[in-house]
Amino acid sequence: MTISGARCLMKALTHQKVSTIFGLPGGQIMPVYDALLDSGIRHILVRHEQSAVHMADGYARASGRPGVCMATSGPGATNLVTGIATAYMDSSPVVAVTGQVPRPQIGTDAFQEADIVGITTPITKYNFQVRRAAEIPGTVKTAFHIATTGRPGPVLIDIPKDVQIETAEVEFSEPVRIRGYRLTGDPDSTEVEKAVELLSDAERPFILAGGGVRISNACEELRMLAELLCAPVGSTLMGKGCFPEDHPLSLGMVGMHGKTEANRLILEADVLFAIGVRFSDRTICKVDKFCPKAKIVHADIDSAEIEKNKEVDVSIVGDASKVMCAIRSRLVHRFRKEKRSEWHTRVEQLKEVVREKNNNHEDGLAPPAILKKMRKILPANAIVTTEVGQNQMWAALHFSALGPRTFITSGGLGTMGFGFPAAIGAKIARPDVPVVDIAGDGSFIMTENSLATSVSEQIPVIVVILNNRMLGMVAQWQRQFFNGRYSAVELGNVPDFVKLAQAYGAEGLRAQSLEEFTSALENALKNGVTTVIDVPISPEENVLPIVPPGNGLEQVLEV
Amino acid sequence: MTEQAFIVGTVVANKPGVLHKISNMFRRRSFNIESISVGPTEEKELARMTITLLGNEWAARQLVKQLEKLIDVVSVTVLDQKKTVLRELALVKIVAADSKTRSDVIDWANIFRGQVVDASPESIIVEVTGTPDKIDAFIELAKGVGLKETSRTGVTALERGPRTINSEKRGYQNG
Repeated sequence: MTISGARCLMKALTHQKVSTIFGLPGGQIMPVYDALLDSGIRHILVRHEQSAVHMADGYARASGRPGVCMATSGPGATNLVTGIATAYMDSSPVVAVTGQVPRPQIGTDAFQEADIVGITTPITKYNFQVRRAAEIPGTVKTAFHIATTGRPGPVLIDIPKDVQIETAEVEFSEPVRIRGYRLTGDPDSTEVEKAVELLSDAERPFILAGGGVRISNACEELRMLAELLCAPVGSTLMGKGCFPEDHPLSLGMVGMHGKTEANRLILEADVLFAIGVRFSDRTICKVDKFCPKAKIVHADIDSAEIEKNKEVDVSIVGDASKVMCAIRSRLVHRFRKEKRSEWHTRVEQLKEVVREKNNNHEDGLAPPAILKKMRKILPANAIVTTEVGQNQMWAALHFSALGPRTFITSGGLGTMGFGFPAAIGAKIARPDVPVVDIAGDGSFIMTENSLATSVSEQIPVIVVILNNRMLGMVAQWQRQFFNGRYSAVELGNVPDFVKLAQAYGAEGLRAQSLEEFTSALENALKNGVTTVIDVPISPEENVLPIVPPGNGLEQVLEV
Repeated sequence: MTEQAFIVGTVVANKPGVLHKISNMFRRRSFNIESISVGPTEEKELARMTITLLGNEWAARQLVKQLEKLIDVVSVTVLDQKKTVLRELALVKIVAADSKTRSDVIDWANIFRGQVVDASPESIIVEVTGTPDKIDAFIELAKGVGLKETSRTGVTALERGPRTINSEKRGYQNG
């Protein structure tokens, strides 16, 4: 058939089963926006392009399907950059489409021209500039294939305006062929065998689960392996939720702000099985002090992660689900549980000690109490997103995630302003479950204008602002590591978030006590409208435990 | 681990932007690249890129893995330098205004199996081909009489024998 590049794009996206695009139009993408009207694809209009990509990312993380965002050339495209980098660091399948100046103007510094392909090369899994309309079907198909397979990641497609207008004879059925893109095969059986030997002989095994487990939908496989091995499971921030945190073997997050019991026990382990992790500095802290005596088995789908950050004893390149299945099927015949009773007792005891200690600390409107209350109110399948900073670490520590894809956070890049638009994207993917953004005042204000989208597109999400009138995490570090000298962290009591929400036509509430918070959240869930709950907390509250930067996990500062 | 030069042979997609994607990765991940030489191959849609990396074995392994991860890279091999033909070409412009210098330069060119490819009343250009060491040695000689300018291609390389870079997926090999 002969159609315009713009219509061809819409058709190609429809072929990929795209039902929603998050975006904001501009001069160099107008032909596409015109074709969008006839496409049957829902468009969510944002107020800033950064939010469009976070929404697409939130959609992708909540559903496992690729999220799509769109922007015009120049500033529209560069406004996507933070969100693309966020998706890249957390391996999220986002496809970004940008308009570009017409081909003859490329390289002339034309109005709203930016080299977005050059700019996004280091923060995309791949990117394209389409030079002919006839290339569009193949490019879109290739883009989605690359974004969603192997280790997923964002892909950008840049389309000059004249290519959007140009008509071409197009063919949609051609298969994708990319010579340099090989998908990881089955895990190497020799390495699997070595892992099985280590794990079956281990006296104190520990499983560290990362985001790869969620991406590979391997959560059930992980549970079976952990139960077979009687091994406690700690997670990275990205792995939170892939092992139910109310499970007796769950220890919660490991790392700089990890749980005491998780950080202690990982250092006591004799065999560490790290699955779908990349040993980020925030998880392992000082690299040579991280499990120096343990035998480490590292499994990841990306071979470039093997020995990038941490030397290991056994490495398996493969999909998390396949790796664990291979290990479990060999382990099941030769493993005796009774060997582990001592380790099991140790795990139970330490968990109990920490639990009792923490029980003495839960009073008033402190973040841990708020988050624990929130867990009690929200259904198990509710999705929680977070902003970045203290709010995020409190949420990671005190809000138990019970299932995969229910805890969505910017882990690698640590992007303030991510949580709220990501919540909107998640709500589009999962309209059947409540979605709550756990926010700080400093982060929320960065993408607060998404309230306009949430209200006008009727995508009801709940924002809980743990409001300390501070850039809280920076303030905490200044208190702890810079002699208490506050530099540029005091935000003051502005704006009034209740009035701000109301100005956008959303519900705005303030909770001054745990009782008020409970009724505000319960009402928000009942009403089903976009609600901002402002919860004033102490500006001096620290997130604890913390491993001070530059130290090993054993140097944890406790509550 | 000690620093050394690794010669990495790659076959990449022959299309716009590929060199940028690859060189950008080197910069982004702080690889110390001594030279890159690129040219078309017998297959129209592929180009061959020969990269000289300065670093230790860990860096070489990482470089291979990061290259393999790039979608435009079709194959990557760290070449065993004992079993590889390595060549670099250099054009060396030397000041040679008097007849004594001119005949010296021509003698050296012959010793190095180079060729005089240009001559003017003040200067001579010599084309030298060989391993980087040989070219370094020739340039050192030229400095003694008055080196004006050099242009080097960077190393290009092919393994001896019937094996090709595409014959199997190989990546990093020890030894």
